[in-house]
Formats: sequence, C-alpha cells, structure tokens
Amino acid sequence: MFAYLVRRLFLMLVTLFGISIVIFFLLRVVPGNIVDILFAAAGYVDPADKANLEKELGIDEPLIVQYWHWISGLLRGDFGYSYVSEKPALQEILPRIPITARLAGLALLFSASIGIPLGVISAVKQGTRLDYALRVVSLSGLSLPSFWLGLLILTASVAMFGQMPIFNPNPQTWLEAFATYAVPAAAVGFRSAALTMRITRSSMLEVLRQDYIRTARAKGASDAAVNYHHALKNAILPVITVIGIEAAFLIGGLIVTETVFNIPGVARFLVEAIRWRDYPIVQNLVMFIAVVVVFANFTVDMLYAVFDPRIRYTD
Amino acid sequence: MRSVRALAATAALSLLAFSTIALAGEPKQGGILRMYHRDSPANASILEGATYSINVPFMGVFNNLVIYDQHVAQNSPDTLRPELAESWSWSGDNKKLTFKLHQGVKWHDGKPFTSADVKCTFDLLMGKSQQKLRQNPRKAWYNEVNDVTPNGDFEVSFDLKRPQPSLLAMLASGYTPIYPCHVSPADMRTHPVGTGPFKFVEFKANESIKLTRNPDYWKKGLPYLDGIEYTIITNRSTAILAFVAGKFDMTFPTHITIPLLKDIKSQAPNAICAVEPTNVSTNIIVNSTSAPFDNIDIRRAMAMALDRKAFVDILFEGQADIGGTMLPPPQGIWGMPKDKLETIPGYGPNVNASREEARKLMQKAGYGPDKHLAVKVSTRNLAEYRDPAVILIDQLKSIYIDGELDVVETANWFPKVARKDYMLGLNLTGNSVDDPDQSFYENYSCGSERNYTNYCNKEIEKLFDVQSQEIDVGKRKQLVWDIDKKLQEDVARPIIFHARAGTCWQPYVKGITIMSNSSYNGFRYEDVWLDK
Repeated sequence: MFAYLVRRLFLMLVTLFGISIVIFFLLRVVPGNIVDILFAAAGYVDPADKANLEKELGIDEPLIVQYWHWISGLLRGDFGYSYVSEKPALQEILPRIPITARLAGLALLFSASIGIPLGVISAVKQGTRLDYALRVVSLSGLSLPSFWLGLLILTASVAMFGQMPIFNPNPQTWLEAFATYAVPAAAVGFRSAALTMRITRSSMLEVLRQDYIRTARAKGASDAAVNYHHALKNAILPVITVIGIEAAFLIGGLIVTETVFNIPGVARFLVEAIRWRDYPIVQNLVMFIAVVVVFANFTVDMLYAVFDPRIRYTD
Repeated sequence: MRSVRALAATAALSLLAFSTIALAGEPKQGGILRMYHRDSPANASILEGATYSINVPFMGVFNNLVIYDQHVAQNSPDTLRPELAESWSWSGDNKKLTFKLHQGVKWHDGKPFTSADVKCTFDLLMGKSQQKLRQNPRKAWYNEVNDVTPNGDFEVSFDLKRPQPSLLAMLASGYTPIYPCHVSPADMRTHPVGTGPFKFVEFKANESIKLTRNPDYWKKGLPYLDGIEYTIITNRSTAILAFVAGKFDMTFPTHITIPLLKDIKSQAPNAICAVEPTNVSTNIIVNSTSAPFDNIDIRRAMAMALDRKAFVDILFEGQADIGGTMLPPPQGIWGMPKDKLETIPGYGPNVNASREEARKLMQKAGYGPDKHLAVKVSTRNLAEYRDPAVILIDQLKSIYIDGELDVVETANWFPKVARKDYMLGLNLTGNSVDDPDQSFYENYSCGSERNYTNYCNKEIEKLFDVQSQEIDVGKRKQLVWDIDKKLQEDVARPIIFHARAGTCWQPYVKGITIMSNSSYNGFRYEDVWLDK
C-alpha cells in the first residue's frame, strides 16, 4: 500500500507538471494579450506604447523564459502580480478560494444528501408513481442549466417576496453562512444531485437483483437492513466515483452561479482573469484547480478501499 | 407618432426629474449611495481610461480646473463652471488661457494643491513629463497647447499655438481631472489621490469600489453623502433585479436598455427613470484601402442603402436619434438640423428611392442581381455591436451585397482594425465631449490614434482648423454642419444612429442629473443626497 501511495504521488507530480505546460502554452495560443485588451479599453492602439507595456509586464520575452519565470517563481512561493490590479496574485486569489470552496462543498453535500437517498427510494420503489416522479425530478435537474435555475430563483424571490438574496461576505454565525450559501449551492448542486440520484438508482437496481440480496431477504432481514446495509454499501462505489468527477466538473457550474448570484468567488474571478488575459492569475488559479482535481481523484481511489474491503492497493 | 410619444415621455420624465430636484427641500447629510457597477474597470486612473466604467466611480475623487454644471443636462459653452480654478481669462489674441486657482485646497493625503499640479497633469497628458502614462487616449486634445506655465502657486496659463476656444470644453470633461505631482501614475492606477468630494477607500476587482466622504473638502458643507459604494455585477439581469428589490439606490448610469426600462417601471413603479442620448454613435467603419471598398461608388451605395429608422425602431423602440457625426439636436449642440441632414444621400425620407440610386451605383461598379458582392461584416462579440450588424447585413441585401457576420473578440478587435484586416466593421464611437474639436480631431484627422479607418482628407482637415478657431458660436455651427455633411458624403465613417439609454434611481435619491449629450461628464455627485 505504501509503495502504491508513493507511486501515485509521483504520478500526480508528473501530471501536474504536464498540466502546467498545457496551461501555460494554451493560454499563449489564445489570440490577444493583456496589452491588447488594455488598449481595447482605451479605444486605440499605439505600437510604441504597446511595446513598452509588453516589456514592462515581461510578456515580450521568449515563451520558454516566461514559463521558467513562472514555474521557478511557483517553486519559490512567488505567485507574481496581477497584470490588471497590479496586486500580488496570491493576495487576489486567496480570499476568494474559501468562498468558492464553501459553495462547492455545500453543493456536493446537497448533491449527496439529496441524490443518494432519493436514488435509493427510486430504486426500491421501482415502477411506482413515486419512482416516476423522482425520475422526472432527476431528468429536469440534468436538463436545467444552473444559470437559468439561479435566475429563476432570484426572479421568483423578488417577484414574490420583494427580496433578493445578496451575498454576505462576512457571515457571523453558522445560520448566516447557511443563508448566504444555501440557495446558490442548491442551484449549482441540483444538477449533481440529479446525476447522483440516477447513478444511485441504477446501481441499486443492479445490486438488488443479486443472489445475496435474495438470500438476505430469505433469512428474514428487514427491508431497511437489506436496502441500506447490504445493497447500498455495495452500490455506492460508482456513486462515489460520480461525485468525485462532479467535484471537478462543478467549477463550470460555479462560474455561472457565482455570476448570477454575484458571489465574489474564485470561479467568476477566473473567467474575468481569462477575459483580461491576466496570465499570472489564470495560470496560478488553473494550476490550483488542477491540484484540487488530482487530489480529488486520489481521494476517491482511497475511499474505494474504505468502502469496499475487497479492494486493496498493492504495487 | 411613436417618436412623438417617446419625446413626450422623455420630456415628462425630465420634468419629473427636474421637479424632484426643485421640490426636494433642504439637502440632508449622511448615508451611503449604493449603486451597482456594470463591470470591473481596468484600474482607477481616469487619465488612462477611455470608458465611463472608470469615470462613473472615480470622477468623485477628483476635481477639474473647470467643469460642466452638474445640474444642467446639456453640456454647452454656457454651462462651463469654474472648479479648482476660481476664474479664467483669455488673452487679447485668444492664444493664452489663464486660470486663477483656489487657495487652501488639499489633496486627500493632506498635501497642498498648487499650480505645479496643474502643470504636472498636462505635462503627463502632452507626453512631456519624465513619468509616463501607460496609455494616453486623449493626447490629441492638447495638440494646440504649447506649454502650461505656472505663474506663482495659484495661477497657471495655457499657451496655445493658435486660438482654440473649445479647449475649455476638453478641460471640463470628466476625463480631465487634475492629478497630484507627488503621486506616481502607477499609484494613481491602484490608489488614486484627488482633491474631490470623495476619498478612495478600496477597489476590489470584480467585487466592489468604495469611496468615503472627504471631511476636508474645500467646498464647505459638501459632499452630503457619507460615501458611495459600487457593487460590481456583470450580469445585467441580476443587477436590475437587485435594484428592483431595493438593494441599490441607483442603477449604473445609462445601463438600462429601452426594452428593459419597461420591466423596471412595471416591477418598481416608484423608481425615477430618465432616458437620454449617450452620445455614442453606432457607425460603419469601411476599409477603403483595398477592394471592393476602395471604390467610392460602392461606399456611397452602401451608405445610401441604410434604412436608419428601421435600426432605431427595432433596437430602441423608436427611442434613438438619427444624425451625422455630431449628436443631433435638440440634445446635441452641434448636430445638423433635420433639413440639412436630409440633403445628404441616404438620409432622405424615401428609402426606396435612395436604394434605387444605390443599386445603379452598384451596377456601375459591376454588380447586380446576377453578381452579388460578398463581404464580411466584422464586429465585436457584444450584443450592442452584433445586433445592429445583423440588421446591416439584412439591409445590404437590397443592393446586391451578401454580408457575412464576422464576430471578433474584444482583445482582437483593435489589432484587427489597425492592421486593416477587415472589409466592413460595425463600430461604436463614444464622444466624451459634445464638441467638434473632440470628435473631428479624434476620429477623422489624418494619423489620429482613434481614426480607425485612416481616413485622411487634407481639405477637410483645413476646415477642422477653421471651425476650431472660430469664436462666434453661430458661425462655428455653420462650419461644423458643412464639415459633418462632407464627412457623410465621403463615407468616412457612416453614422447609423445615436443611441439612447436609461438610468433609474429610487425616489429618495436627490440631486441626480443625467447628462443629455454626454455619458462621461456628470458623476461628481458632491451634492447628491438621500432623503431618508
């Protein structure tokens, strides 16, 4: 197990190195740079001023030199400066990470706590009206884009109550924090919940048809014991995989949700940084997301072993 | 009939806004004005910006030498007021403009304001100082200024190469704040220091901009507000919903489109809304350096095929204006009168007759029903650009031109235009001062940085200088109209329409005036107050 862990950690480092190259060079392939955009905002282009500014920002240097500056800086803990705000990149990024992390965490919690139980119920009650109703809910969850759902929630709350949930950057209590994050987390987590529900249902249906489930019922085990102890425990692996993958995909949903609910999180910030071609922000942020995704995958693999004792990683 | 109704509605709203100011009673001190901001500006340096995303939040941090009266909607030579300058005077030959400055004015960091700061600011703008602005989009405004000379601490003179009465108009623009000598241009981008009614507190990109009351403001008793907070909300639906729900006291100025205005009025009937021209024209830039638009006949045919009223009806429900380069009257000071405008080919009331003429020109150039001209219409990937471009393509079909939409990301737009990698472009031009010197020199003079098409006509350029030196406003107007007519006939940058937009605020917000011929100059907000 230890050797496996070391090998996985080494592979993770290699993956992250590869990702850093892809991030850096893909960003340079996108037409236009920060200087073009600054001049677009100024409504004119002056070649001499443009060259001066490119020199000032160091984006006139060969790409390989720029890459080395970035990577060596990262290894030294120097994340560079935002080209737009001219503040340290870390100072711009760090305060926004907990906001998005809380939102993502709550969305995943919403996804798991709604999706798994409803998926189980849907499977256990297969073919009933309840099953059909839940399948409609899950289908709508997969069909409705989170930005549309978000706008619908906002419009309804203004039209019905004359109120609008506004992001509170400094919640003082757990209740305030929940009130701040719950609605946008539900909007973004609805899709994940629907997906989780569908996967749980199909996985449960498969397991419920197994011989050992029939045996369990034959020896008189209660429905609850059969469904939750015997069946769910064996059906949960694909669900965990999906939730792990969803954690990575969540960033897309978070971008639009943060925009619609005007949440100053890291996802919206990333899009704005891309719009400005603010390389230090984009590179560091995407790298951070890559680290999170790689570790999420790693964690999911480890959870496999926890939930299924048959799985033991060896070298 | 529709436009009459629109005018009546605008007049009623303006009257309502005026009566709100007049009947509001004694101003009250206190309160934070909460407004949403439509996007995150690049930085806080007004001198380096060219979008009112910078002017709106940061104009209150500064003062100008002179300013347009903030409570008269129409900027004109008659509404110029002294600000940091107590008074101004012209020399006998109109080549020297001298300002006497207010004494006892302090920068927000406590240092005294003097004539040296005025010199520093204009040396920066004219590119004469050691320190440089990163970007200097309005350098051309000061082409006629030889030097700015302090005469003691509280007097300063502008020495001109030739008379230019409209220099005062440029100085009164929201784009011309006075900067301090002791703060670098780089620091002004991140932490601006001014003499204005509000002090900069913080600017969090994509999040918020906060200003607080300057307790030592040199205008005693002002400002009334304790501060102004802008929450940056890029999603227009969210922003408007938040205004309707009462989370904001005011919308971002001129951010409300005409169709959206109806939604606001139905959901927040108490809101006060004003619709005014923005002095932003939607126009066509033509690449006349290469075929097929190097042929003047094709350029003229294209201009004659335009049905401007259709654009206005479709995009603005009739509430936009048709004119030439200068904003049309009554809001525009220098725009051609309707009868003169209609003598320009393509501006007449009979669109069908005009298109018939256009088809003849196209046939002369070798095109017709059996041989269509294929063109790409390039434009930026923003709704206010794309939507009129689609209508333009549809209209060009009537004269055997098959247009294809070429949507370009903002980052690539200006480089593409600069390297002449386009045939036709759908463009927006914002005029920050309703004055011919700003519009003509910036957009149409040979070699100007914002002359995107490199249009260059030395004869018209001479006329630019003639009108610029004319002191008599009446005579100058006649000259300006003739120049504007020639620019349209030359198809230099065919103007399709001048946009209008709405601004709304809650009834307890007092002292707001939306400028009717500029969306860049009315945001000092020193005597705005909250009646609650």
